[in-house]
This record gives sequence, structure tokens and C-alpha cells, in this order.
Amino acid sequence: MTERRHELHRFPWQVRDSGLLLLVVAAGVVLVASVAQTAVAGLRDPRIAVAFGVLIAFGEVLRLNLPGDRETVPIGMAGALAYALLVRVGDHPAQHSAGQVVTVTTIGMIVGALPHLAVGRPAKVGGMSIRLLCVACVASIFRPLAGNEAVVRDWGLAFSLMTALAVVALLLEAVLTALMRVDEQRARFRVALVDEMRVELPLGAAVGASALLIAFAAEVMGLAALAVFTAPLLVTQVAFRRYAGIRATYLQTVRALAKVTEIGGYVEPGHSERVSRLAVAVGRELGIHEPELLELEYAALMHDIGQLSLADPIPGGATVLVSRQDQQRIAELGADVIQQAQVLGSVAEIVRRQNEPYRGVEVAHEGYRGRPGQPGSHGVRLDGEPSRPPLSSRIIKAANAFDDLVGSSLDPGRAAAAVQQLRLDTASEYDPEAVEALSRVVNRRSVIQL
Amino acid sequence: MARLSWSARLYIGAVVLAAAAVIIHGPFGDLRWWRTVAVLGLLLVVFESTATLLRPRQLAWSPNSSSTLAAAVLLGPVGAALVGACTMFGMRRGPSAAQRAFNTGMMALSAYLAGRVFVAVGGQVGIPDSASSARIIGPFAIAAVVHVVTNHALLAGVLWLTSDRDFAGRHAPLGVSIKLIASDLGYGAFGLLIAAVWSVTGVFAPVLILIPLFVARWAVAQIAEQQQAYEATVGALCQAVETKDLYTRGHSDRVSRGSVMIAREIGMRGERVEAIRYAGMLHDVGKLGVPTKVLQKTGKLTEEEYAAIQLHPMRGLDIVREIGFLDEALAGIMHHHERIDGRGYPMGLAGDEIPEFARVLAVADAFDAMTSTRSYRGARQVEEAIAELRKWSGTQFDPAVVDAFVAAVKRDGWQRPDPPGPPMIAADDLAAIAAQDHDDPSAPLRVIDSLP
Repeated sequence: MTERRHELHRFPWQVRDSGLLLLVVAAGVVLVASVAQTAVAGLRDPRIAVAFGVLIAFGEVLRLNLPGDRETVPIGMAGALAYALLVRVGDHPAQHSAGQVVTVTTIGMIVGALPHLAVGRPAKVGGMSIRLLCVACVASIFRPLAGNEAVVRDWGLAFSLMTALAVVALLLEAVLTALMRVDEQRARFRVALVDEMRVELPLGAAVGASALLIAFAAEVMGLAALAVFTAPLLVTQVAFRRYAGIRATYLQTVRALAKVTEIGGYVEPGHSERVSRLAVAVGRELGIHEPELLELEYAALMHDIGQLSLADPIPGGATVLVSRQDQQRIAELGADVIQQAQVLGSVAEIVRRQNEPYRGVEVAHEGYRGRPGQPGSHGVRLDGEPSRPPLSSRIIKAANAFDDLVGSSLDPGRAAAAVQQLRLDTASEYDPEAVEALSRVVNRRSVIQL
Repeated sequence: MARLSWSARLYIGAVVLAAAAVIIHGPFGDLRWWRTVAVLGLLLVVFESTATLLRPRQLAWSPNSSSTLAAAVLLGPVGAALVGACTMFGMRRGPSAAQRAFNTGMMALSAYLAGRVFVAVGGQVGIPDSASSARIIGPFAIAAVVHVVTNHALLAGVLWLTSDRDFAGRHAPLGVSIKLIASDLGYGAFGLLIAAVWSVTGVFAPVLILIPLFVARWAVAQIAEQQQAYEATVGALCQAVETKDLYTRGHSDRVSRGSVMIAREIGMRGERVEAIRYAGMLHDVGKLGVPTKVLQKTGKLTEEEYAAIQLHPMRGLDIVREIGFLDEALAGIMHHHERIDGRGYPMGLAGDEIPEFARVLAVADAFDAMTSTRSYRGARQVEEAIAELRKWSGTQFDPAVVDAFVAAVKRDGWQRPDPPGPPMIAADDLAAIAAQDHDDPSAPLRVIDSLP
């Protein structure tokens, strides 16, 4: 119901998830063509096909979630790419077609997804389609060349060609995934692509190298290469899994501990969580990259942590209603707490400056000078010109004020009034850019929530 | 490093000389052979130079043996020794000249021995092809074991002679050594992989194989970094929670340490020890839900106030519930004020019904409260607090946990927050202040109408 209404405001090709639909359709077309071709030509080298199918299924079982809700399948991808790039197994030339590669990959993926479905983890069709398209792309270029005399003879040529194709496949995966994220999360494409590359690059390099190794080693070791050369990638994957686990726990812990202000009665229930969600959405709207988005999220979650140091809770917890000095004191105390951790330096800075007017603070304002010995970091630059607080601080300032005015209310009228109130103050207090971005986020949300 | 004893110098000299002796006699191969030596040697230098990327305490990643073992297959014993000797070109800062000389000799010697054993048990030296690669697996495994064992034996010798644990930058405790040996063996296996694809990809073999490994190392470094950041952040936030109560400063941190001591003593596995560490840090976050004036009240508590205090473990659970901990840690936080005799709160569980984590936390919690300064009394001596724990052992505390804790404290000591001594306020005023503390068994909370 809500979705339909939402869709009325947009052209058909702008409909949310249209990108996903397009991807799935494209993958479907490729798949149907491949299966048809394989059916007509018959399955070549069934033993090899089964071995790679098993490897791909195994990889799919060991899916990995990287930070930022990214699903990757390193071993499955390496297996599929290796199958596409295979020249020989032992002394036997590999003669399977591109269609067969796609068919085997799909069957492997589906079989590997079954255990996940059995325990109630749905298959992410988008990610699967992207992987399938990448593999199809590599296979359709390399399979016709695999029997070519020049490729078989000239080892250097084969090596360069295969390396280039592996790189192309992984780049294509990054581009398609970024496009999907633009669609899902309303990120900007360039920002999404850079983030995607940054996260995927290390693991992608390992996947590409393993794919090449499996393809080459199969010439010497036969099908045993599949098992043996998956081992390094398995080690890598285990390390990444632990890394992702710690990242997730970290975020959960900060979220949980940010709630202590609520339980202590310092702020309204849900305030930190709402401010952080809003701030992250605004930050994404303004094209902030993921690492800084994470810092923004931490800072937004902990922006009121300084209230713990107050003897008595502020009534209702609304920091927008207390005096500027008190606000600044809370921000300073909070920043001090975060500074203790020593690892979140920029988060502390964001929290410290969350109340400053977006144009920066004039030197004349007493009490804003910051601490002695640290000129420049507290609103006043060394040359006496006011320095603007970091963008993240400005976003939190707007998001915090908005939530203080609206709270957990879902009333769009109230939200619009709050945005209007923030707009009136954009001359000096709130960053107009942040307020406009916030307004867009809030509008979108109220349309969906209606 | 302290000055080396004569016996240690002699030992190091002997190792280096032996390595030089086996190399000098050859035989060496042709130009191709030397090129392979150079590539594998370079590889070893890369390993050696990047070895400090990780702190040794976290995980020992030393893939050096993969290049020497590959050399044993591709080049034979002398080539392996030459590759091992490339350790001297490692660009890692830190090792002294003596350490570097010893490491070089040790690697060369163990690589040579591994190469000899490989040949002796029927391994065929040279680039393996599709026919021979399966046949060298057995000999290779034996050679890898010999390599690692020789390595560690030589290392143990020098550690024994210098009694310097940090010699060669490695740790001596047995558990760590076993892990090291296991990881060295694992890395050794990659030597076989390098040798196996050498026939197809030549010098690219190590590059391709190492990319996943280096990425894994990078991830492990990230893990260590994140873990540290995580701990620091949790610590800072706990401290913020503690600002509410002046006297409990550092309490969470010490309870955490105490719980870990107990957990290790009773032989919990590593993952659970980690979990109890965080449970210790977070066990009192629920106190935030208790009004400050109740927490710091010196007189008798009303029943409502007592109820508010009894609720704090539940509040704590509310806060930490969504963190992806082991469920055990959550149960520990919720039940850390239960008593063995069933008279604790919030559930009144007794005996074995109380989760193990909670029984551990309870002891560490009470012990730290007793050895810290309170308004009404000075910090107790450790012996005094231990006597107190023993007194309540069986009624309030699990006797097994108390025993474990006492044993651990006797062995490792206890870092107390304050020196034992008189209370912080004058003795005259003391009579006016009631002695009560929700964590201290000897000064229980007093409630106006005693509970039935």
C-alpha cells in the first residue's frame, strides 16, 4: 500500500528496485540462453563440471558478510572464474563452452543457497545475478579463445589475458554492486563505487589470484588443484569473517551503550538511535564516504554521552532547549569521554563541535575559545578567523535539533514544521546544505511511512 | 638485550658455522638454479621484513618456511640452505647483530636438514610435473616437520642459554610454542603449492600464492586493530558510566581482570574468556538506571530504593542485550548478584542454577569492592579480603570459584586501586555514616523493613 503510493510520484523507470529488476532480468536472459546452448551442445567433461559445481556450491555455503551489509562469496567466485579460465586439466584440454560455465555456476549457486534457505536466510537475488553476469562476461570472452593455438602455446599471453579478465570481472562486480546500492540506499554513484572498491579490493585481489592459481594448477595437479588452492582463500575468508564480526560487535556495543543515557533518564527513549539514523541518511545524501559515515554514526550515537557527567538529567533531555553554555559543556564532556578511548579522535572532535553554529564561532564569543594550548581545533583558527565545524558536526546539529522538536512522532505536519523552523535559522546556526538534505530525507521517509 | 654469555656466543657461533659449512661444499646448479634461489630468497626477505606487521602476541604469522621448503623441492638441500641464509637481508628493524646472525644460521641449517630428509625419504628434487607432483606429497610432509622441529629446537637452545624470552622476537610459553609450530607447519604447506605451480607459472607462482596470504595477514592486522579500538571504546564508555559514583572508578576494569583470572584458572576456552572479560566490564552498566541519590545513600534504604538497586542487573541486561555476545555473558551480567544459597537477586537462583559466568563475576565483583576505599572504611588488605571471601564461600559464593580466584591471586597478585588504609573521612564522622555497599558482602545493604 505504502509502496504503491510512493511509486505514484515517480516515473516507471525510477521505481525503487527497478535496478534490481533489470539485473535479475538480464541474468535470467543470459541463463536461459546458456542452458539452451548447453542442452543443445551436450555437457562436455561432466567430471570437471561436477567438480567445479561442487566448489561453487561450497563457496556459496560459506557466504561472507562484509561491513556495510555486503554479501560476498569469495570461494564461489574464485571457483566460477577458474572454471571460465580453465585451459587444461592435466593433459586433457578443457572444451566446455561459455554457456556451460554459466549453467554450472548457476546450479552450484542454487545448491549452495539451499542450506541458507533451510535456516531461514533468504537468497539475495541481486548479488547472485551480479556474480552470474560477471562470470558470463569472462566466460564469453575466454571460452572461444581457450582452444586457440596461440593461447595454449604462449604461456605469457595466456597469463596476461587471464589476469586482465579476472580484473575486469571484479571491476564489473564492483560497478554493478555500486549501482544496486545507489538504487537501494540513495547513495551517489561515484561515492558508492569508491566505497565498494575500497572494501572489495583486498578480498577481490585474493579471489582473482586464487582463480588464476586454480586454473593453472589444474594443468599440473588435475582436479586436486581445486581443493588445494582453495586453502589460501579459505584462510583469508576466515580472517575476514572475524574482522567483520568484530566490526559488527563494535557498532552494536556503541549503539547499546549510547542507550545508557536513555535508561538513566537523561534523554528520551530512542533519541540517539533516531538521530544517528537520520544523520547517516543525511550524510549519505551529501555524498559522505563510508569510513566517515561510520564515524558520523558513532558520533551521532554518542552525541549526548556527556550528559552522563551531569548530576541531574536535563528535563526531557532536549539539548536544543537548554542554554548554549550548557550545550557546549555537554558536548565537551562527551568529547572527553570519547577521547579516553584514544582511537576515536575524529569522533571526539565531531562531538565536541556539534553545537557550534555552522559558520564557525567569532573570536568575540567568550566561552567558545576552546582550551588553551589547542587553538584551531575549537572553532577559532590560528589567524582569528572563525573556522567551520566539520560537516559531520553540522549534520548532527541539524539532526539533533530536528529530533528534539519532533521526537518519535511520525506526523508529517510536525516534521515539516520542524524543518521549517530549522530553515529559519540557517543564517548562522544550521548549515543550509545539511538542512536541505535533511528535508529531502524526511520527505522521502514521510511518504513511505504514510 | 643484555650482554650475551660465553656459552650463548659459542652456541650461536656453532650454528652459523655449521650453516656456512653445509653451504660452502655445494653442489650448486646452473644459472636457472641461481635465478630460482634469488626469487625464493627475495620472497624470504619479503616475509622477514614484514614480520613485524603483527604483534607477536596476537598471532604468529611467519611464512618464512614456505619459501625454504619450496626451495628444498625445487633446488635441493644446498639451495634451500642458501635461501634460508637470505634471512640476513631481512629489513626488519629490531633484531641485534647476534639475533640476526643466529636467525640466519638457524633458517639455513633447518632448511638444509629438511632438504636432506626430503631426498632421503624418496623425494625427487626438481620442478614437479603432473606425474611427479602427487608422489612428493609424503616426503614433503616429512621434510616440513623436520624443518619446523629443527627450527624450534635450535631456538629453544638459544632461549635456554640466554634465558631471554624475547630473543628472536618470539615467545617461549609452551601453549604459544605449540601454536607457533602448528602455524609454521601450515605455512610450510604453501611451499608445496609454490613448488607445484612452478612448472606452469614459473616465478609468478609465489606471487599468486602470496596474494591471498597477504590479504589474510592484512585482515588479521585489521582484526587486531579493531579489537584494540573496541576494547578502548568499551573501557571509555564504562568509565563514563562510572563517573556517577566516585568510589567505583576503575571498578569495571578490575572486575573484568579478576573474572578473566578466574576464567583462566578454571580452564575456560579462549572465546569464553573473551566474553567474560566484556561481561566484567559491563556488569554494572545497569546502575545508570538507579538514581544517583539511592546509590550514594548512606542511611538505611526504603524498600522501594532497595528494589531499585535490585533491578540494576536487569537494566544492565536491557542495555547490552543487542550486542552480539555469547548468551553466557548476558546471563552473567543478569545474575551476578545471585547467591549460592538462593538469597540473591534478581531471580533468587541457587547453586548450579546460577550461570557459571555469574558465579565468577560475583566473586571478582565482591573482592574488588572489598579492596577498594569506601567512604566508611579504608581499602582492605588482600589477605583480609580473601578471608572474607572464604567466610562467605558456600553461602554467597561458589566455593570452587573462590578457590580458583584465591589460587590465581596468590600466584599472580592483585593490582589494587588504593593503598590499604584508613577511610577517607575522619573517624569522628564515621559513626554517622552507615556501612553499606551493594557489592561488599561484609557490608550488605540495610533496608528499613527487613525483608521476610
